[in-house]
Amino acid sequence: MTAIAQRRRGGMNRPKFTDTLVLIAVIVGAILIAFPFVLILINSFKSPADYNSSGPLALPTQLYFDGIVAFWERVNFPEKLWNSIWISGTVAILAVVISVLNAFAIGIGRVRGRTWVVVAFLLANLLPQEALLYPLYFMFKQVGLYNNPWSVVIIFTVIQSAFGTYLLSSVYGTFPKEILEAAALDGASRWTTLWRVIVPISRPTLSVLVIFFFIWTWNEFLIPLTFLVDNANQTVPVAISVLQGDRLMDVTTTSASALLGVIPTLIFFIIFQRTLTRGITAGAVK
Amino acid sequence: MATQVPFVRQPKKPKPKPVQELSGFPESGSSRATWWLYLIPGLLLLTFVIIIPLVWNIYLSFTEYRGIRPPEFIGLDNWIELIGDEDFWASFRNTIFMIIAMVILPTTIGLLLAAILFDVVAKKYGGKLASFLRATYYLPQILPVAIAGIVIGWILRPKNGALNEILTGIGLGDLAHNWLGSPDTALASIMVVLVWVQLGYPVVIFMAALARVDPELYEAAELDGASWFQRFRAITIGMIRPEIFVVTLTCTIAALKVFGPIFVLTRGGPGTSTLVPSYYAYSEFFQSQQVGYGATIATALTILIGIVAVLFIKAQNASERAERSGS
Repeated sequence: MTAIAQRRRGGMNRPKFTDTLVLIAVIVGAILIAFPFVLILINSFKSPADYNSSGPLALPTQLYFDGIVAFWERVNFPEKLWNSIWISGTVAILAVVISVLNAFAIGIGRVRGRTWVVVAFLLANLLPQEALLYPLYFMFKQVGLYNNPWSVVIIFTVIQSAFGTYLLSSVYGTFPKEILEAAALDGASRWTTLWRVIVPISRPTLSVLVIFFFIWTWNEFLIPLTFLVDNANQTVPVAISVLQGDRLMDVTTTSASALLGVIPTLIFFIIFQRTLTRGITAGAVK
Repeated sequence: MATQVPFVRQPKKPKPKPVQELSGFPESGSSRATWWLYLIPGLLLLTFVIIIPLVWNIYLSFTEYRGIRPPEFIGLDNWIELIGDEDFWASFRNTIFMIIAMVILPTTIGLLLAAILFDVVAKKYGGKLASFLRATYYLPQILPVAIAGIVIGWILRPKNGALNEILTGIGLGDLAHNWLGSPDTALASIMVVLVWVQLGYPVVIFMAALARVDPELYEAAELDGASWFQRFRAITIGMIRPEIFVVTLTCTIAALKVFGPIFVLTRGGPGTSTLVPSYYAYSEFFQSQQVGYGATIATALTILIGIVAVLFIKAQNASERAERSGS
């Protein structure tokens, strides 16, 4: 599209002086946005003495790993990483399965009253979690799942699948009829058609959902904070944030703790960059 | 990531009803009601995790409950207390600042940035540079919002924090400040965190929206002598109005619910200067053990979010209707 526009406009496309000014402003803005990341990165590898003598802007005089190592061991970072990975991964898979079942009945089965069913699921996504917090806390205490990661898995399976149901129902609502008819001609039951035909065909959408559910669950804070009180059960964001302000954390160790919180999401961003931008704009592009 | 619902989009207007409105599934005789079987797991989970707790929470708002002895029904007492509660109103006043930081500033700046990246940078300096800049602006959005708070909190540390050190380093040591610990700057510091986190979301959505605007519209306007800013106002904003609605709605709801940065950075303090409803409810639940009162705050917040969502959707429908009758 840009190419066409350029051809049509011909010579009008050379940058003018004001364009250069605007470009500089936008680049300065981007540097400001990236600046906190850079600060965290360079200061995580400094010793506190180095930080105090040369300030936050200088590069480390020598690479210092004690801060990172100290924090890594203090929170038992691999354990937290594993908690976050398996909780978010389980939620992502379960939530997609539930979304598929719901959307199959709503989008393809077109059950009576489906609009209300969709509204009920959407509600689950809009509600402030505070409005569910205490009753959930009480219920999970009663059944003995309080302070157990499965409580978080169950809650987020529901919240994420609520959104998945909303999205997938409209996707399945436009599923080509010919394919369903062909499957029925071959004598496939609903169940077989769902898993052998519909799920494989909608796999691109489902994989976007898996990635989003994973990252959203990873980023959740309030409910994991409330339900996972033992250090051994905590997720990465919770474990890092409960240690903030701790007297034993010197300035560069705190920086290292922030860095350890940033790194996993940066890795997801690099791996899933395309899927993410496709997903974010899925609602916006025709 | 603060904004959770990036796909939300106004459903398309219903098409004229097809003749056969039954299931899209060709079947012989088997009853339509059996489709409900597929909804059983989803609806059961929804009932136990969302509906029962929600109703229970509303009930708790009419009780005195300290978490140990069973809740005692006290009618509207909590609600009456809420109306006279200065802290509650302070938390809502702060919510207005959260809306400025998470909705108004990011949406307006984001609109301008998206238009510049799309119109000027991509067309005159190349699409690669534009997408690189877009990714940079989006970067804070992927962070867990609590971690984003920690990153900025580290920079704003009162003793030997990066910002204060930099200020001292360039001879502006007098400006060094306990940014998060003083009532006059705590709220503003939180707002900076939120703008930083939130800005990338409108930029990405609006740039995608701009891609579907017909470039001929701009050319026609340009030939008619419209300035860049006139084109921006008349065409850009008009064409991407649906996305502006979606972004405003999802960000407003996120702003009403904001919790993570407050918890990590200030815990509502100093005093009530950064208190927000969700943190207030949380502290009533688990610190003051005033469960009934916490439930009242949470219910009030839920009602507010419901009203905001309905008003937005109404406004959006009205503007769509106006547009259709206008064209």
